[in-house]
Amino acid sequence: MATPDTDVRGHVTVTDVDLYTRMLLIRRAEERLIVACADGSLPGGVHLYIGEEAVAVGACAVMTDRDYVTSTHRGHGHFLAKGGDIDAMFAEIWGKATGICKGMGGSMHVADVSKGILGANGIVGAGFAIATGAAWGAKLAGEGRVATCFFGDGAANQGSFSESMNVSAAWELPTIFVCENNGVSEFTVTSTVTGGTLVDRARAFMPATVVDGNDVHAVRDAVGAAVERARAGGGPSYVEATTFRIRGHLEAEQHMLGGGTYRSEDDVTAWQADDKDPLPRLAARLLADGTCERAALDRIDAEVRARVEAAVAYAEASPPADPDLAPQIMFGPTA
Amino acid sequence: MARTRLITAVNEALVAEMERDPTLIVFGEDVELAIMGDTRGLVERFGRDRIRNSPICEQTLTGMAVGLASAGFRVVLHLMFNNFIYTGMDAIGNQMAKLRLMTGGQMELPITVIAGYGGGNGNAAQHSDTAYPALMNLGGIQVAVPTSSADAKGLFTTAVRGRTPTFFLEPAGRGGDMGEVPDGEHLVPFGKANVLRTGTDVTLVAIGTMVRPTLTAATALAGEGVSAEVIDPRTLVPFDEDTVLASVARTGRLVVVDEARDRCSAASQIAAVVADRGFATLRAPVRRVTVPDVALPYARNAEAVLIPGPERIAAAVRSVMERQLA
Repeated sequence: MATPDTDVRGHVTVTDVDLYTRMLLIRRAEERLIVACADGSLPGGVHLYIGEEAVAVGACAVMTDRDYVTSTHRGHGHFLAKGGDIDAMFAEIWGKATGICKGMGGSMHVADVSKGILGANGIVGAGFAIATGAAWGAKLAGEGRVATCFFGDGAANQGSFSESMNVSAAWELPTIFVCENNGVSEFTVTSTVTGGTLVDRARAFMPATVVDGNDVHAVRDAVGAAVERARAGGGPSYVEATTFRIRGHLEAEQHMLGGGTYRSEDDVTAWQADDKDPLPRLAARLLADGTCERAALDRIDAEVRARVEAAVAYAEASPPADPDLAPQIMFGPTA
Repeated sequence: MARTRLITAVNEALVAEMERDPTLIVFGEDVELAIMGDTRGLVERFGRDRIRNSPICEQTLTGMAVGLASAGFRVVLHLMFNNFIYTGMDAIGNQMAKLRLMTGGQMELPITVIAGYGGGNGNAAQHSDTAYPALMNLGGIQVAVPTSSADAKGLFTTAVRGRTPTFFLEPAGRGGDMGEVPDGEHLVPFGKANVLRTGTDVTLVAIGTMVRPTLTAATALAGEGVSAEVIDPRTLVPFDEDTVLASVARTGRLVVVDEARDRCSAASQIAAVVADRGFATLRAPVRRVTVPDVALPYARNAEAVLIPGPERIAAAVRSVMERQLA
């Protein structure tokens, strides 16, 4: 995987090929998780990000390891986009001692504090306040860091959404609210439970914009402008990325649905078309502008697939989680 | 040594720790004016980057404490009354209490939450709970319940310097009792009970606000020829089981006094521990003296009959002195 270079402003410069490779890594990793979930390899469920890769990758392309992100229950994409290690993530999802959280958190809780990844979170909307607190810390430290909160349209109906936007605006904190609007709140179409529009809620507090969330450049540029403003002391921003969740709320959800449906299969198919899916869209651009030839894209795909299989092998070969660890790390040392 | 109220001892400890550690940040509702007394004078001394009034939004305040701690700061969050933990509960129960474990130990959360607890002030039920039993069951949360000014200073200092989320619960409304406070640095370890009075006939474990009426009861009982040992656990998580069990091994009797409601109270937990680990030493049934399973009413007389006082405590002790297990 390419390592992003940092320019003089502290921003990450990432080439289009890097963006494509990162998005593809998330896609292939999660396609492999579909298989692992179905064959019973995993101790728990997984919530997949397939179809939304351009949001995490575009947003994280303008951040460094020193910036903070909070993630969602659908957090594999944010973890990998922010530079988390796929071996450690897969080992975590497989419940192994070598997992990034030693097998104590699992798929919904991948975190790497050393890279500013304050964790995927099983509580919908929990990231708003955590990101706001981290942004306050970033402002107090005065080192130009930002805190980005990834969240979905479902989370935006939690009260802490407006509470955290209020604090961030009132205290001019470097908080970036990135809404992944995929139209569904778990198993409920969001429009059936939502008054007004989300961007209008945000506009009451801060600069707010809506972008095509399946266009990685559009996301990168909008979040980049927000990050630049935040680093310069200009306070928080809201970026809403319109996207689509190709998979269900979680894998194996058909067992929970009892034959029922909550959205149209035609919509799912439509969003998988080459002109909607963020990966073919970027691939077409790379081919059209001469950045890559088809053979180069195929080679990237082969490398990414090999990397994912290596991570599976690492996870499978790793020792199981330590069953005695939980009582040892529940509490920190006292003074 | 100076003689101060408990709340003033906390204030002095807070000033000392803010001087000692520039990364210590205090925030919460109305902390600048110091409505509860413990944050008085801080904004003048340290400025609004170190102590700051927050909006009224507990679910975000508790979550912000987690985020601020994640960003490398020591955090003191003032929640005013412990009933307000209910509005801030997600980040308490799901984040503070869990993230250290869930991240495999990556996330250190040096957070101290201050809140007042208990009744007796005509504040009615939404400002009078004794909420520590709920906190005790969440996982990685420590609970300190100081009763003297000296312990308040020592426990608060230990809480702030630690790396585990800790609730520091103050007796609401009265500012606590007056007492001597050691000068200079003073730390009281967690999980170490304080034996306030030695005795041979019965062990009285009294929590927080219940220490004073329990000592009054013990004095009255001494006049009746009953020698009561009084133990203040000082922290409920961690809890000093060994001191209580050793005392019960000598006295053979246990009465636990707790201002929480009876059901699943801290007293229930302590009684269960002694029944489990100290059953063979018991010579009488364990008694809990608690608030009945109702919310505290507003009217003074209606509230007063529900909160354990010296008479109820003494009556419970007399009942275990009469009862003898075969």
